Amino acid sequence: MVHLADASSTLLEAAFFFYLAATFLFGGAIRQKGLREGEALNRWGRLGIIVTIIGFAAQLGYFFTRWAAAGHAPVSNLFEFTTFFGMMIVGAFILLFFIYKTTVLGLFALPVAIIIIAYASMFPREINPLIPALQSHWLAIHVTTAAAGQGILAISFIAGMIFLVKNIDQATSTKKTKWLEAVMFFIVSVIAFILLTTGFAMADYKAEFEYVNKEEQAAEQEFTLPALVGPNEGTLLTKEKMEPLAHVPAFINAKKLNTVIWSLAGGVVLYVLIRLITRKRVAASLQPLVRQVSSDLLDEISYRSVLIGFPVFALGALIFAMIWAQIAWTRFWGWDPKEVWALITFLFYAAFLHLRLSKGWHGEKSAWLAVVGFGIIMFNLIAVNLVIAGLHSYA
Amino acid sequence: MGKVKCECGRLNPAGTILCESCGRALTEKAKQDKLVDMRYEGSARRSQTYNKTLIDKVWNFFSSVKVGIWIIVLLLVAASFGTILPQEFYLPSNVSAETYYEDVYGTFGKLYYMIGFHDLYNSVWFSALVAALGVSLVIASLDRVVPLYRALKNQRVDRHETFMKKQRFFAEREGKLEPAEWEKIKEALIKKRYKVRTENGALLAEKNRFTRWGPYVNHVGLIIFLLGALLRSVPGMYVDELLWIREGETLQVPGTNGEYYVKNNGFTLQNYKAGEDPEVFNEAIDRVGTVAKNYQTDAVLYRNKNNEMPGAEPELTRVQEDSIQVNQPMKFGQFAVYQTSFRQDEMKAMHFALTNKETGEEFGEVVIDLFDQQAAYDLGGGYKVELLGYYPDFDGFTKEGEPTSKSPLPNNPAFLFNMITPETPDGEVSFAQIRNTMEPLGETTFKMAFKSLDTRDVSALTIRKDLTLPILAAGGIIFMIGVIQGSYWNHRRLWIREKNGQVYAAGHTNKNWHGLKREIRSVLEGTSVPEPEDRQKE
Repeated sequence: MVHLADASSTLLEAAFFFYLAATFLFGGAIRQKGLREGEALNRWGRLGIIVTIIGFAAQLGYFFTRWAAAGHAPVSNLFEFTTFFGMMIVGAFILLFFIYKTTVLGLFALPVAIIIIAYASMFPREINPLIPALQSHWLAIHVTTAAAGQGILAISFIAGMIFLVKNIDQATSTKKTKWLEAVMFFIVSVIAFILLTTGFAMADYKAEFEYVNKEEQAAEQEFTLPALVGPNEGTLLTKEKMEPLAHVPAFINAKKLNTVIWSLAGGVVLYVLIRLITRKRVAASLQPLVRQVSSDLLDEISYRSVLIGFPVFALGALIFAMIWAQIAWTRFWGWDPKEVWALITFLFYAAFLHLRLSKGWHGEKSAWLAVVGFGIIMFNLIAVNLVIAGLHSYA
Repeated sequence: MGKVKCECGRLNPAGTILCESCGRALTEKAKQDKLVDMRYEGSARRSQTYNKTLIDKVWNFFSSVKVGIWIIVLLLVAASFGTILPQEFYLPSNVSAETYYEDVYGTFGKLYYMIGFHDLYNSVWFSALVAALGVSLVIASLDRVVPLYRALKNQRVDRHETFMKKQRFFAEREGKLEPAEWEKIKEALIKKRYKVRTENGALLAEKNRFTRWGPYVNHVGLIIFLLGALLRSVPGMYVDELLWIREGETLQVPGTNGEYYVKNNGFTLQNYKAGEDPEVFNEAIDRVGTVAKNYQTDAVLYRNKNNEMPGAEPELTRVQEDSIQVNQPMKFGQFAVYQTSFRQDEMKAMHFALTNKETGEEFGEVVIDLFDQQAAYDLGGGYKVELLGYYPDFDGFTKEGEPTSKSPLPNNPAFLFNMITPETPDGEVSFAQIRNTMEPLGETTFKMAFKSLDTRDVSALTIRKDLTLPILAAGGIIFMIGVIQGSYWNHRRLWIREKNGQVYAAGHTNKNWHGLKREIRSVLEGTSVPEPEDRQKE
């Protein structure tokens, strides 16, 4: 079983590098239009999708070997779930690629999946046993379906992003360019988080704090990034580590806030660096990559992904969720934060679908909505798990 | 308002925009439009036709998609506010919400509580929003589905040229079509699973009309779901009780009107152990420490045969035995019993020895059941202990020196004993706790020395009955059918018409125009029918 677990990790790493390679291949393919009927994909595009599929197969291999090693579906903690979500984005991309044959979609979808999988790896990766509440077949059914739905909905965001990168006029600075840069900054911050976490983990940075928690009891917390902010009445136990610049009240989790501050600060540094090197907005640098693709098509891909993903999401994140909640938690609905945010996601995409019936909500506005929708999904994944503690905080 | 007669002879309902039959524009605006508005087929919707009475106005308000979207957005924004701080029902049971929010979250917490966000989802205004959504679902659906159904049912094969010319996908060409060509197109369309009708030199190919009903089907599902949720408040539909039951206890199952009893044969808590459980878990167990593996209550369910007879003693017959675990409730009749919580090692009985303080000699042991005490315990040979007072949750003394108990639960038991021995026939008074004795009425020769403690676990079981579940399930299934029906197919139509030496071709789909374009191209390839072009391009 332990061998299987090792093999599983290797497969995940392999998938990661296949996705990386496929991104470059799609980069080579974008000079081609590839939109017209009968126009075959060029060699780069073909290679790109083949490598993507190989990577996807490797990740499926990771998934099932880990399942075999653990004895339960590997979607039971933040690492496993987020990795699976990344895989579903790739899966959804493959699906939509075969419908629309647009290589540029891969050029954006794969990096997003790569970042998400890398982000997942920042959380504890060992195989964990299931607590009683998770010991059910519904774990596999509910979580995979919900993640699949989110993965498909993520493609809507990616198509929307490409639409915005292509169509927003970068000649002058406007509100729109600023918002688009804000999205880029968020992505850059996630990358900064990954780099910082990996860097300090390699340096084996650990600083132990003793503090007073919300229940007014003594507790300990281990920081793996230097503490810019420390816990409530915290005292540093580990010698020769950085003393915090400030302390937070008890109801705020200092470690998490510290991580957020580091990520944003790292994001600022990285973003400014990119801007200094390119002398352009990030979106402006990306614009040449998307020139060939038709806006109409992007709009349709974005809408289509919502149409495909919405029913899957509703089934997995609400209906299956309710069935399991009735079995495990005695009630099908309890207004747990994760439940509420799943409902918010559902309502948001319902509003999106209804807006598509109105005139004037196609194209750019629709693309912005797709971005917001993905923002809600990411909020539910990151903030609700890490910040708003509820029944779903397993990690 | 009367009916509107079209040039083609069709009598259309008042308010019709495009003739149900031939498709001619009937309103001035529609005649001016470059492209026809094909949403709902230009049919007569009540909301677009009448606006006089109050009923009209209410109807028009709720039938608007815009209003519907506003309700959805308000709901989702409102729902998000409830997740900023924990809701009242998730607070620990021993705190009061009134002070908790302010104590833990400061001024913001106080404000949150004052606005009422601590119980947002049960608030009147949140319920009102949900109700508004329900009303909107009903009215908006009815306003559209009936006229849409009429329009699609009554559509003619040979649509008027003006109708075709104003379609988003359209092309025309001078010329004629050979019968062989008609056949070829027909065949190609049938192969693509179109239903093809021809009439007077015109062709209508249509597929997946059923997908147009998807939205209305899913709305019906949602309405059934909301109604089901509403039914919960009807007496008898819903039971939600929590039962704390100690090991060995047999208690009435709340919510069953005394019909059922349950016995707790023992509670088990298991944790994962490195060495016993699969090796792959070792790393995680090492890092986290303790990981729970199982919470289980071994329960026996009894039925009271005498329940119907008032005043009769309960006569219990065994119904079933079950190990209740998380994710595996015990089910009987309309009820399910869940393992919800537990408390370990609740004190059950205490052992004291009557001891001579000086010599340490013991004169027998007293076992006091904390739930069933005796007034006196006779140790024989003239030794006897009287229980003057029992304070299960001892909380100190009043000003008058009277011991007090803050609850009837044996959390911190204390006793006031009167020790009678041959040496002290009048008795000596001693106040005893687990590791502490006091002599409130002066020094004594004897004391009650604490020896040991018997404990047992307490299980918390949730008793649930929810007769709304089948209704909710029906709603959920219908919703899913509707949403899949509406999302995974497209309603596509292709019109071809030959008239006065012109060939017209037009296409329409409710969504996914790229797909329609590709399909039409493959159907018309190699024929002389012009390929319709998208006239709403960027």
